[in-house]
Amino acid sequence: MKPIHIKKEAFGPAMAKAMETYAVAGPVPDREDAKRRHLFRCLEKGETPDLEYTATQLSPKALLFPQAETMFRFKVPSGGKKAPFLEAESFKERPLAVVGIRPYDARAFDMLTLNFDSKDYKDPFFLKRCHQMVRVGLADTTLKDTNFSTACGTGPFDTTALDILLAKTEDAYIGTVITAKGKSFAAAAGFEAGSAEDTKALARMKQEAESRMRPGPDFSALADADTLDLHGEDHWARLAFSCINCGSCTFSCPTCWCFDIQDEVTGNDGVRLRLWDTCMTDLYSAHASGHNPRQERFKRFRNRFMHKLKYFPDKYGQGIMCVGCGRCIDNCPVGIDIRTIIGEMNAKAAGAAKAAGTAKTGGTDKATEAAS
Amino acid sequence: MTNPYHPYPVTIRDIRTETEDKSLKTFTFVFDSPEDESAFDFTCGQFAMLSVQGVGEIPIGIASSPTEKPEVKFTVFNTGKVTSHLHRMKAGDAMGIRGPLGNGFPMDRLAGKNILIIGGGFAFTTLRSFIESARQPENRHRFKNIDVVYGARTPGMLLYRDELAAWEKSGDINVHITVDATDDQDWPYHTGFVPAVTERCAPASDGNTLAIVCGPPIMIKFTRPVLRDLGYRDEDILMSLENRMKCGIGMCGRCNIGRELVCHDGPVFTLAELNGTPGEF
Ligand SMILES: Cc1cc2nc3c(=O)[nH]c(=O)nc-3n(C[C@H](O)[C@H](O)[C@H](O)COP(=O)(O)OP(=O)(O)OC[C@H]3O[C@@H](n4cnc5c(N)ncnc54)[C@H](O)[C@@H]3O)c2cc1C
Ligand code: SF4
Ligand code: SF4
Ligand code: FES
Repeated sequence: MKPIHIKKEAFGPAMAKAMETYAVAGPVPDREDAKRRHLFRCLEKGETPDLEYTATQLSPKALLFPQAETMFRFKVPSGGKKAPFLEAESFKERPLAVVGIRPYDARAFDMLTLNFDSKDYKDPFFLKRCHQMVRVGLADTTLKDTNFSTACGTGPFDTTALDILLAKTEDAYIGTVITAKGKSFAAAAGFEAGSAEDTKALARMKQEAESRMRPGPDFSALADADTLDLHGEDHWARLAFSCINCGSCTFSCPTCWCFDIQDEVTGNDGVRLRLWDTCMTDLYSAHASGHNPRQERFKRFRNRFMHKLKYFPDKYGQGIMCVGCGRCIDNCPVGIDIRTIIGEMNAKAAGAAKAAGTAKTGGTDKATEAAS
Repeated sequence: MTNPYHPYPVTIRDIRTETEDKSLKTFTFVFDSPEDESAFDFTCGQFAMLSVQGVGEIPIGIASSPTEKPEVKFTVFNTGKVTSHLHRMKAGDAMGIRGPLGNGFPMDRLAGKNILIIGGGFAFTTLRSFIESARQPENRHRFKNIDVVYGARTPGMLLYRDELAAWEKSGDINVHITVDATDDQDWPYHTGFVPAVTERCAPASDGNTLAIVCGPPIMIKFTRPVLRDLGYRDEDILMSLENRMKCGIGMCGRCNIGRELVCHDGPVFTLAELNGTPGEF
C-alpha cells in the first residue's frame, strides 16, 4: 500500500492525463435534474469527476450493468428469408476507470459479480467491464445518517473492493494505492507519492468517520435462523403494509440486479435489450396461466428482504446482499427503513433461537436426571 | 467470452395442430448450421427459449426425444404475445432457439426403476420426450415397468393422439388414458379426473418406483394424497415447474423460489426438495 498526495488544483490535470489511457467515469451534477444532484456517468474530454459531491441518488451500478443494454442486434425476418443475429457493439468499449466511487458501492460490485459469474454461465457484458474496470474510491466523509455500511462489513474507508482509495482534506486528496491495477492508473494520471504523514492522517480520518456513525442494525441471529421460519413469520403483512411496490428501492440499490428482456424494432432493424426490472411488481412473477406465486403485495416485499438477508447469504456464504448505503431508505416514498426490517427479523430469529436453546437445555437436564 | 443470450438460427420444418380447439400446435425445427445442432445436446425434461426476432422469447419444454434429432419439437399453447405470434407462423419461417436449459429429468436416478408418469393437460410435453426416448429399443432395458396416466378435458384435447394409440398397441409401456368427460359412446379409454384414475390404475410403490408428475396445480394437489397412499415417498416424486422466466440461465432473478432458481436449479425438483423451499411456485 503506497501513500499518494494530490493537491486539489492538480487533480483536474491528472484526470485529463489519465483520460489519454482510460475512459473515465465519475460523479458529476446531473444536467437534467433541477436540483443538480450528482450521478455517475462516463465523462467527456474536459470533464473532471467532482470529488466534492456528497451522495448520489442512484448507485453507480449502471457503469457495469446499464439500465438498458443491447445483448445482440438482428434483422427482422420477412417472407421466409434468413435474418442473422448480430453481436452487440458494447464489446469494443475501452477499459473504464471509475473515480470517486464510495468504498461500499465498490463492494456492491463484488456482490453483483457473484450473480453474473456463475459456474455454468458467464455474463459477457458485465464481466468484461468488471474485469477491465479500475476502481478509484473516495472515502465517505460526508456520511448521511441513513448509512450503516460498517454494520454490513464494509464502510466509508473500506479498501477491500478498491484499487485506489482517496480521501478529501482541506487542500488535497490523500490516499493509498492498493493493487497493481491501481498502480498503473496512478502512474497514468501522474499521482504524486505521499508520506507517512498522509498514511497517519488517513487512519485518523477513518476512525473519526466510523465513530460518528450511528450503531447499525443487528442481524447476528439471521445466519443460523431457519429460512422457512423467517419466511413464515406473521409480521410480513404488517411490515409491508405501507409499501406501494413502486420499485424505487430496487432501482437505487447497488446490489439489486434483476432484469427483464425485451425486443425493440425500428424498421427492419431490431435489438434485444435487457432492462432493469423490479421484483416488486405483480407481472414479475405471474405465470402464463395467470397463477401468481407472489400475488399479494406483501409476498413481493417479503421476497426482496428475504433475498437480501437470507437467500443470498445461504447461497453464497458471503454475508448479506446489502452494503448499507442507505439509498433505499432515502428514496422510499412511504418511509420504509431496511434497518427496521432487519431489526424485526433478527428479533424473531433471536427469539426462536433462545426458545430452541431453552428446549435443548431442558432436554439435557432431563437426560442428566435420567442418567443420575 | 461467448454470449449466452444469443439464439441459434433455426427454420420451422413443420407445424401440426394438436387439439380440436386449435390452441395447441407442435412445431418441428431444424438448425440452420450442423455445429449448432450438435451443440444443442439435451436430455429429457430440459427446456429452451423459442426466440422470434422483434417479438421476444419464451421458455418451452422440449417435447421431442434426443433420439429424434436432428429435429426438435415443441408444443405451444396459444396464450399471449409470443405464443400467438408463433401460432401465426408458417413452415419455412426463420427464428431462433436458445438452450438447452435447466436440469432435465435425473436419468441416472430413473435408471433401473419402475416409472410412473402422470400428466394432465398440455404439461404432457416433456413427458412425451421421456416416453419416446425410453421406448427406443436401445433404451427400454434401462427401465423396469413404465406406466403412463394421461388425462385431458375431452378426447379432442389430448396431445399426440396417434402416438398414444401406437404406444398402447406396442405393449412396451402401460398407458392409462382418461378424459374428464365425453359423449362418445365408443370411447375406449377411461373417464374421470387424473387423480381418480391414478388411484384405480397406477401401481403402488415397492420402494423402487419413481413418479414424474406434470400438470395443472389442481391436478397436482389432488394427486399428492393418492401417491402417498400408494406408498410413494416425497423423495420419489418428481415435478417440473413453470415459474415465469426471462434469461433461463440463472442471471435475471425472475424465477426464484427462495434461493433456488427454477431455470437453472430446476425446472425438475423432487417433492421433498420443494417441501424445503418457501413454496412460491
Ligand atoms: C420451464 C417452462 C416450460 C414451459 N413449457 C411449455 C410448453 O411446453 N408449452 C407451452 O405452451 N408453454 C410452456 N410454458 C409456458 C410458456 O412459457 C408461456 O406460456 C409463455 O411464456 C407465454 O408467453 P407469451 O409471450 O405468449 O405470453 P405473455 O404475453 O407473456 O402472456 C402470458 C399470460 O399473461 C397474461 N398477460 C400478459 N401481459 C399481461 C398484462 N400486462 N397484464 C395482465 N396479464 C397479462 C396473458 O393474458 C397471458 O395469459 C413453459 C414455461 C416454463 C417456465
Ligand atoms: S421504495 Fe418503499 S414503497 Fe417503493 S417498493 Fe421499495 S419499500 Fe415499497
Ligand atoms: S438494500 Fe438499501 S441499504 Fe442495502 S445496499 Fe440496497 S439500497 Fe443500500
Ligand atoms: S429465468 Fe432468469 S434467473 Fe431464472
